[in-house]
Amino acid sequence: MSLSNLLRIAWQALRRNITRSILTMLGIIIGVGAVITSMAIGAGAQAAVLAQIESLGANLLVVIPGAITTGGVNLGSGSRTTLTLPDVTAIAQTVPEVAGAAPYSQTSAQVVAGGTNWYTVVGGTTPSYTTVRSWAVAQGRFFAQADVDQATKVAVLGATVAQNLFPSGGAVGATVVVKNVPFKVVGVLAAKGQSGFGRDQDDVVMVPMTTLQARLTGQTWVNNIFVSATTPEAVPLVVDATERLLRLRHHLTVSQPDDFSVRNIADIQQVRIATSQTQALLLAGIAVVSLVVGGIGIMNIMLVSVTERTREIGLRMAVGARGRDILLQFLVEALTLACVGGLIGIGMGLLTAQGTSVLGHWPVLVSGFSIVLGFVSSLVVGVVFGFYPAQRAAALDPIVALRYE
Amino acid sequence: MTGDATTIAPAPVGTVDRAGAAGADPLIDVRDLTKVYGEGATAIRALRGVSLVVRRGEFVAIMGPSGSGKSTFMHLLGCLDRPTSGSYRLAGREVSRLSRDELALVRNRQIGFVFQSFNLLARTTAQENVELPLLYAGVPRDTRVARARELLQQVGLGDRLGHRPSELSGGQQQRVAIARGLANGAPLLMADEPTGNLDSASSAEIMTLFQHLNRVQGITVVLVTHDMDIAAWSERVATFKDGLIVDDRPSAEAVPSAVREAATRGALTPEVRA
Repeated sequence: MSLSNLLRIAWQALRRNITRSILTMLGIIIGVGAVITSMAIGAGAQAAVLAQIESLGANLLVVIPGAITTGGVNLGSGSRTTLTLPDVTAIAQTVPEVAGAAPYSQTSAQVVAGGTNWYTVVGGTTPSYTTVRSWAVAQGRFFAQADVDQATKVAVLGATVAQNLFPSGGAVGATVVVKNVPFKVVGVLAAKGQSGFGRDQDDVVMVPMTTLQARLTGQTWVNNIFVSATTPEAVPLVVDATERLLRLRHHLTVSQPDDFSVRNIADIQQVRIATSQTQALLLAGIAVVSLVVGGIGIMNIMLVSVTERTREIGLRMAVGARGRDILLQFLVEALTLACVGGLIGIGMGLLTAQGTSVLGHWPVLVSGFSIVLGFVSSLVVGVVFGFYPAQRAAALDPIVALRYE
Repeated sequence: MTGDATTIAPAPVGTVDRAGAAGADPLIDVRDLTKVYGEGATAIRALRGVSLVVRRGEFVAIMGPSGSGKSTFMHLLGCLDRPTSGSYRLAGREVSRLSRDELALVRNRQIGFVFQSFNLLARTTAQENVELPLLYAGVPRDTRVARARELLQQVGLGDRLGHRPSELSGGQQQRVAIARGLANGAPLLMADEPTGNLDSASSAEIMTLFQHLNRVQGITVVLVTHDMDIAAWSERVATFKDGLIVDDRPSAEAVPSAVREAATRGALTPEVRA
């Protein structure tokens, strides 16, 4: 019997019990939908994280101060005050394969511009920051090394701050007041978007490190040092060399632990990729479970169908159907169920992915591969779970089948 | 089909020279056929060595009480089952040891079945029901459609092609089943109580059709019945008892003439048309 005839028979059989057919397909629909959605979310998260790594700066590492213990109380990572501006210069000048190093300290403050004001983060750094973090200036300029050397009162606004303080533009050249200190705005940074941790990176005002220390915080140390390696391959080397240099500069003996730590940002982001992949894997697990449940549903309905149509099978055999004709007939029917379910599932998956993106603001990325995979898995489910009922139908004794009541 | 009403009406049974008009070529040649169900002490010997020769063009009725083995014999003749021992030559070919698939092919090409309960596919048109054997024979669609239409016209249902079984009377359904049995041009039509679910008027119609097919088209008909009125339409009656044929003679001798005349009277107004 030709495939077109088999398909026609299958289609008629499924249309005969349309409600039952749709209910049977539900498991496959959910399963394939979950395949598409989970892969879209997984791929989307990965792409977003990669983009975030890009936005952080190329081959970035960060030096953070170590913990101090006072009277038995450990104040935790970052509480030491041993990192200094000369450390930054030393790293930039002596560690090989370093593209740049920039200090970073911050405080929170109300920033006032004329009649408006905005509570934000005020960060102190040096001009290297723009290259180390790959952060461009949209208007005006970033402050110069001379501004750092002389601790001038200049500021560069993040895009969010500029928008809120100067909604109609004209930020460059204006004056903003931070903790009663007037700063001249010399530039506005390009928008960078959310950080990998969901913080708005553009909600910031950058000032020279020395100005921050002298005028706003009174600190003499720096909170972090951002170091950028020349190539991704050089990152471990730079980590190692930076650690040795800082130990030397901080006069640590062999028995003393580091009073700082050097972290590879890319590594941290890799953990996030792994996390998102775990989430995707979980969804994939749901997909597999629903596909199996869907398959069992198909098998169940096909067994019912074989029983209901025992006489029909007997008659078909009497007029010349061979075992394999009957086998194919029921297999094609199960496959049709699974395929139609798979196609609906792909549609549902695309809708769900789109919905997740629009309503949940999750990054999603639908790949052609996931659609193919979804469809192929529905086919596999159809064959695997349709085979047993089809085989049972094919193995029927024509006489017994014809007499079946 | 060129037959008119007069050629369809049953001639007095027994006047046809069986061996003559139809030729001496046996269509069915069964020797010492046995069928045993089960094993050991609980084994049931449904057939205990049956021999029967049916020539091409014969119209044979198989009678016997239930449990006599006539149904088992029909299944074997119909190639729906295989005998435990013995030989069965159908159209000169030994078929008693064929595989399931080979038997399916024999059923498809050599045998048309007519059942008591019609066994038409529900929700499927008369046309499609008749096409069914052609579908399994791999006949192309155009030929299938044309052949099914022709056969339905032949059994007087040319205006019911698109009707489903539920829209047809019992007699009409059985005529669709007969058309289906003829679809592949099989030389042998096997009918198992074909009138069991029909009233007497419809029964007469169906029997007239069988007789017409037998006389005009030379189709060999083997019919199982327990009803003497139905057996009266045949030329020869084989009677089963306890797994053996205990009686085999022309129906003129087997069926009392009063019964025969009463039973076949309904055939005077057949619905078969060209």
